[in-house]
Amino acid sequence: MIAPFLSQVLRISVPYLFAALGGTFSERGGTINIALEGILLTSAFAAAVTTYFTHDPWLGLAAAVLAGLLTALLHAVICVTFRADQIVSGIAINLLAAGLTKFLLKEIFGSSSNSPRVEGLPEWHLAGVGGIPVLGDILRSPLLLLAAIGVPVGHFLLYRTPFGLRLRACGEHPEAADALGVSVTRIRYTGILISGAVTALGGAWLALDQHSFTDGMSGGRGYIALAAMIVGKWSPLGAAGGCLLFGAAETLQIRLQGGAVPTQFIQMIPYLLTMVVLAGFIGRAAAPRMSGVPYRKEE
Amino acid sequence: MSLRRLPQALAVPLLALGFSLLVGAVFVLAIGRDPVAVYAELLRGTLGSPYGVGQVLFKATPLIFTGLACALAFRAGLVNIGAEGQLYVGAFATAWAGFTFRGAPALVLAPACILAGALAGAAWGAVPGILKARFGSHEVINTIMLNFVAIALTGYMVSNVFVVPETVHTPEIAAAARLPRFEAFMPFFGGSPVNVSFLLALAAAAGYALLMNRTRLGYELRVVGHSAGAGEYAGIRTGPAVITAMALSGALAGMVGSNFVLGYKHYFEGGFSAGIGFMGLAVALLAQGSAVGVVLAALFFGMLSHGALVINTMVPKELVEILQATVIASVIVSSNVVQDYARRRARERTAAGVTP
Repeated sequence: MIAPFLSQVLRISVPYLFAALGGTFSERGGTINIALEGILLTSAFAAAVTTYFTHDPWLGLAAAVLAGLLTALLHAVICVTFRADQIVSGIAINLLAAGLTKFLLKEIFGSSSNSPRVEGLPEWHLAGVGGIPVLGDILRSPLLLLAAIGVPVGHFLLYRTPFGLRLRACGEHPEAADALGVSVTRIRYTGILISGAVTALGGAWLALDQHSFTDGMSGGRGYIALAAMIVGKWSPLGAAGGCLLFGAAETLQIRLQGGAVPTQFIQMIPYLLTMVVLAGFIGRAAAPRMSGVPYRKEE
Repeated sequence: MSLRRLPQALAVPLLALGFSLLVGAVFVLAIGRDPVAVYAELLRGTLGSPYGVGQVLFKATPLIFTGLACALAFRAGLVNIGAEGQLYVGAFATAWAGFTFRGAPALVLAPACILAGALAGAAWGAVPGILKARFGSHEVINTIMLNFVAIALTGYMVSNVFVVPETVHTPEIAAAARLPRFEAFMPFFGGSPVNVSFLLALAAAAGYALLMNRTRLGYELRVVGHSAGAGEYAGIRTGPAVITAMALSGALAGMVGSNFVLGYKHYFEGGFSAGIGFMGLAVALLAQGSAVGVVLAALFFGMLSHGALVINTMVPKELVEILQATVIASVIVSSNVVQDYARRRARERTAAGVTP
């Protein structure tokens, strides 16, 4: 009873884990990234199309990362180079991703709803550990394993390396970082591009796990990941906790379908919880101080 | 706005529109079709017939409301991404009043329905305002979260409380609550669903212009929007101003139901909006905050929105979504480019000893 539940929570959380982890890198560097939703969508599409034509899901995964990087690059150019409003840029990119993927879906596959079936990533069957709950699930799926490794690695990168220190400096006090000879522009670009590549792994999971791309398949997951990142107070480990919590709520919602508690109310949990955390009722949720503020070098 | 600044105010939207049409043309060329033909068809299908014009006005109506909602927030220094949620609860409240108070005369019921929508939208909008004023939490995140909550909540109402079996909509409103279509007194518009709510939207735009430019409250909101510090210095309390701005913004978004519920379908339906709240941001940005700008921008986006259906036989209609997204992105980029250019010009002139 509990093992299948945990297994389902993990699988549901994969796109959240990648997108929330990606989000922390963008936001810690000082750029709000609402475009996570759009990145999930373009990367899922790239994964499905590439896998369809090459029959190689690994190439699909690579294409997803490339699409995620390109989508994030657009966000970086608008927000960092042109110093335009980061929130509006994110909204525009999400709209663009929705329009573009459907436009291409119709042109390439002649369908307005979904791509044909594509291969998925292989499942590994390791003798001895397959039956162990959680660990067995993680070791069975390449992307789940990557997520499980990526979260602590991301945390380490952010808090224990010179790059992480510079990235956080650009989000907290860009003038100081600049004065120390750090290129705020380059570091912010790097943060946003990392968020694109990492989030794209979540997009690839969506398409390859379902064995097809469906119109609008990101389904608001980018926003949930954003919420998880806030609940996790902008740290990779915290964000992962938020993702698993929301994943558990969603699993519960699926399992309680038709039960006593209306599913809509369980659906609201992540959003309401985020608002409560943001208001400071559960500890202090401190966003990077200069997140959302474009940096203009003194002329 | 001084005359000197007028070219700058026009430069931004014109640059953005020109660039977006170019990007759209590239996409059309990329799939091997003729962009000139596609754009010509878009024009013909929207402005080329009274029916097309009626459709454009119908699609522009909700965009005027959400455009005003976002513009008002922008001018008060706030980003309201919650128009989508506010219009959901607003439209539901409009429908609820319409099917609950049957028997009330039309002159009372229709305005009451609109008022219910505005009040529900205002309440929904005020929540992130209060959270910002009281706890300092950012309205962007809270409005995004409340969008999802609003959609789930109205979904619950439709599927669990006010159920019409086999559908995802509420019961129909009383006939007295309906707003007539233009075609009822102008047969000219034959078949298009544009209705009296378009006039209400124009009135809202006029009210917005009056409020922002001619009243003390509007002045206070603009000062706070310019700089919260300056507002405090001028004796304006930022907290109440933020809450008021968000509530007014929500009220405007909450009136969207007058078009869809009272003027068109006559019930509230889950998923009816499909992003009208987000397009309000685009409208407000393109309009650069002015009421006339909002109406013009809404008409433009309304044209794109109906145009999408017209060109669907030639290219996938999602071309229009790509155009809309490009307009949003290029407006924010070009307004920065134009500002930088003006700043550089000013500096050069000062350096050259010319007094501006």
